Amino acid sequence: MSPRSAFDKALKELQQDILRMASLVEQAVYESVQSLVKLDVAGAAQVIMGDEMIDELYLEIEDKCVKLVATQQPIARDLRIVITGIKILLSLERMADHAVDIARATMCLSGHPLTVKPLEYIPEMARLTQRMIKDGLDAYVHNDVEKAREMCALDDDVDYLFARAFRELINCMTEDPKVVMQSAYLLYVSRYLERIADHATNIGEAVIYLVTGERKELN
Amino acid sequence: MFRGRALGGLFLNNIKILVKDLNLFYKDFQALKDVNLEIQANKITALIGPSGCGKSTFLRTLNRMNDLFEGVRVEGTVQLDGRDIYSPDVDVVSLRKRVGMVFQKPNPFPMSVYDNVAYGPRVHGIRSKRQLDEIVELSLRSAVLWDEVKDRLFKSALGLSGGQQQRLCIARLLAVEPEVVLMDEPSSALDPISTLKIEELIQVLKQEYTIVIVTHNMQQAARVSDITAYFLNGELVEWGTTEEVFTRPKDQRTEDYITGRFG
Repeated sequence: MSPRSAFDKALKELQQDILRMASLVEQAVYESVQSLVKLDVAGAAQVIMGDEMIDELYLEIEDKCVKLVATQQPIARDLRIVITGIKILLSLERMADHAVDIARATMCLSGHPLTVKPLEYIPEMARLTQRMIKDGLDAYVHNDVEKAREMCALDDDVDYLFARAFRELINCMTEDPKVVMQSAYLLYVSRYLERIADHATNIGEAVIYLVTGERKELN
Repeated sequence: MFRGRALGGLFLNNIKILVKDLNLFYKDFQALKDVNLEIQANKITALIGPSGCGKSTFLRTLNRMNDLFEGVRVEGTVQLDGRDIYSPDVDVVSLRKRVGMVFQKPNPFPMSVYDNVAYGPRVHGIRSKRQLDEIVELSLRSAVLWDEVKDRLFKSALGLSGGQQQRLCIARLLAVEPEVVLMDEPSSALDPISTLKIEELIQVLKQEYTIVIVTHNMQQAARVSDITAYFLNGELVEWGTTEEVFTRPKDQRTEDYITGRFG
């Protein structure tokens, strides 16, 4: 038996806890985008209500990290596991908050059919963003630095789409005052997706730190 | 000779002790194997490693304390300010004045606090009472002990607490104005508060002295030292800035040891 088997077990549990929370967050982001595309108020409401559970989980797991620091004095790789855990938790929690933001926008948009054209950028941004979350978590599970880097590179594509969506939505608003309201909400949504992609990039950076001990800013 | 180089952000160019290809044998047993280490002036170097790894033996090579043991053979060089301390013309007594040592258990002499501190200067020929008074006060102040003992200078040192005794031993050492202070687990016999006092003291001392400390307490090494060297089976496995060693050690054996997964 390793002299620190209880600690090793706790570190393993921490990773599993994070993945449990991550799957809820992935789901929330997915549902928020689906409910927007379908203007599904019930689906949006579910995302909003589900956030409470994610917040609780966040606090619970962060608490475990604090306890590990206080009682086990982790250093070297152990320390990086705990610090990375805290960073990833924070990113996940923020992503979930943005899923709620998107769900709220859906509720505001409901009842009126969407008429603006740039909506096509949003599903593409959503697709890329969700892929980044998934790849980021895969990289975390497998300590895969290469995958983390590749995933972070996708953030440029998301930023590009955001810039396009922004310009076109502004054009729509300028041309037709009737679509100002929905364009504004869609502008918000594209911004939320862009932020979610940034948080995914943070996860990638955390994975690189976890494995190599190097701190890199990748967005 | 300029040997400056950046080591994990800590710019090092002021070598106080240079150890080159050091081997040490206790009769047939090789206790140190090809150790190469630069000990930086005015920095705290921590030596860590499991029991029997050679760290205390290594510490004792720095002021030739191993000479006191029978059957010890040393190969390689240890240079203090560029001069080999093992060369035949070196006076070991004056070497040990320059490179002093504090031990695991406080070992005050069975005499008064004052006489403990004045002992070294007297041996080195200082007789003037005024001068001795000055040295005693200054040394006790440097060891952050003065305020606790100034009213009982002429009472036995054995009546002090363990932590006070250890600081007295440090004051006794400082009284002979060393350049390097070697500490062999200086707080392992002390309670947590006394330990922290010693650690604080070490931080103050590094302004004027070069410090090498052997410790079994990993958190202590992380807290107090600038540079950490990890020994295993007589080998120096890795050394670097403490920050580096404790956040991203290069060698898996170092990682296993500091994270408690050794053995």
